[in-house]
Amino acid sequence: MFRLFPFLLLLSTEALADERTFWRQAREGVEGYSAVVGVETNKLIQATGSQWLYIRNELIAGTGAWVLALTVFALACFYLIRGKVCLTEPRSGEMIERWNKKERWLHFYTATLFIILAITGLSLLFGRSLIIDWVGHEAFANYAEYAKIIHNYAGPLFSVGLVLMGLIWFEDNKFRKIDGLWFRQLGGFIGNKHPSAGRMNGGEKAWFWLLMTAGFLVTVTGLNLDFPNLEQYRLVMQISHIIHSVAALLLIVGALAHIYIGTIGTEGALEGMITGKVDKTWAKQHHDLWLETLEKQSSTTCGERKHTTESISQNKSETLLKKS
Amino acid sequence: MARMKFICDDDRCIECDACITACKNENEVPWGVNRRRVVTLNDGKADETSISVACMHCSDAPCAQVCPVNCFYTTEDGVVLHDKDLCIGCGYCFYACPFGAPQFPQDGAFGNRGKMDKCTFCAGGPEEDFSEAEFEKYGRNRLAEGKLPLCAEMCSTKALLAGDGDVISKLFSQRAVERQLNQEESDNSASGPKLWGWKTAYKE
Repeated sequence: MFRLFPFLLLLSTEALADERTFWRQAREGVEGYSAVVGVETNKLIQATGSQWLYIRNELIAGTGAWVLALTVFALACFYLIRGKVCLTEPRSGEMIERWNKKERWLHFYTATLFIILAITGLSLLFGRSLIIDWVGHEAFANYAEYAKIIHNYAGPLFSVGLVLMGLIWFEDNKFRKIDGLWFRQLGGFIGNKHPSAGRMNGGEKAWFWLLMTAGFLVTVTGLNLDFPNLEQYRLVMQISHIIHSVAALLLIVGALAHIYIGTIGTEGALEGMITGKVDKTWAKQHHDLWLETLEKQSSTTCGERKHTTESISQNKSETLLKKS
Repeated sequence: MARMKFICDDDRCIECDACITACKNENEVPWGVNRRRVVTLNDGKADETSISVACMHCSDAPCAQVCPVNCFYTTEDGVVLHDKDLCIGCGYCFYACPFGAPQFPQDGAFGNRGKMDKCTFCAGGPEEDFSEAEFEKYGRNRLAEGKLPLCAEMCSTKALLAGDGDVISKLFSQRAVERQLNQEESDNSASGPKLWGWKTAYKE
């Protein structure tokens, strides 16, 4: 009967049952035995690879490109419509120290490494579709090889910067009630209000905490990807890569906005980070509570300084909230 | 156009690991890299099954889709090859590949990956055919010599088949049907020599 109708073999379930079990096991990545020693050499198929490929190529690269392009576009539009946020009163000529030398060095150390990491990282993500046609296959491959190595080594150095930033700026970046008001007034970017702020305003605090959280994720996953000899399973590497890329793209979006605000977006912001000193008028407009604290400090004696700093700005912010 | 494929008959593979050895020897694969491996599921049980696996030379290869420097290409024979001069050793092809085919020798500190190495279907690489550089980087170019991959050519039970996908799949399905028929009608002694698989041999 089977010789006449071979397709009837399909109905012979008993014979096919073993076969089906085997291929189901193979597809599910059941671990077996292999004489070839190594990580996951005893697996026939790892099915998550195709999911990772889709997430990386379609979601991260595809959506990421749009997110970055829209960020740049939005910032450009904002610049064209609102323009530079200028000082509303003339400069007083009196300079106040805003960032000490250590803070400035740390800022530019981390910023430089961030830019290097962003450029090399984005090259690996978008280089194939953007740069290869432009510079040629071999030139790009040569560059990409160095980009990979630089990215791998610069990463841990960047993380050191992040940790130090977290330590020295943690106190200044605790969210307080006054920051809510800052966000409600859209940070003074839209409209002509000058929302009150301490040493760090709401936006700076948001950027700090984005750096700390996304930076932590990027560091942990990045270190994992840095050491493929730790015998991680491919799934661990795939998940690490996805978290790493998403967190890094968020940081790049944040950094674009941060760089815009810190350079062409706000008059006097960049000189503060470069020279460390800002004009009194600038301080009054952008960080009024901080200025008041400083002025209170200089009028009190040395011994009392430390205790007064926070409490004064706290009291001041509470009265401001009541007013509004 | 012929499209080169591997088929491994799980009813015939006896896990002798000779394909691995043959591949390593023929292509002088570096230490720590195995282009082919045999995996046994349900080892030691009644339904123990082995499969020899290497690069499957996919039509729509995930490795080629993910490679950041686009170093993969498919030959006229449908063999997926890569250019080691372009490879940067990022490991993405290894994450994407379902079969674990791409392998990386360690190069430098901290487990930094070297140039990726994988099964070439014994078809060499982008270098000139039979050149020293080609052998050094990719191994033997048996396809250019008119031969098939050694792993399949020397497979003692002919479990591993390599060649034009249309030809070997026909061969395989014919074999599978024949085997099944013999199993279903085992009392038919008039049909001459018979084709058996391990499942039939160890059935009872």
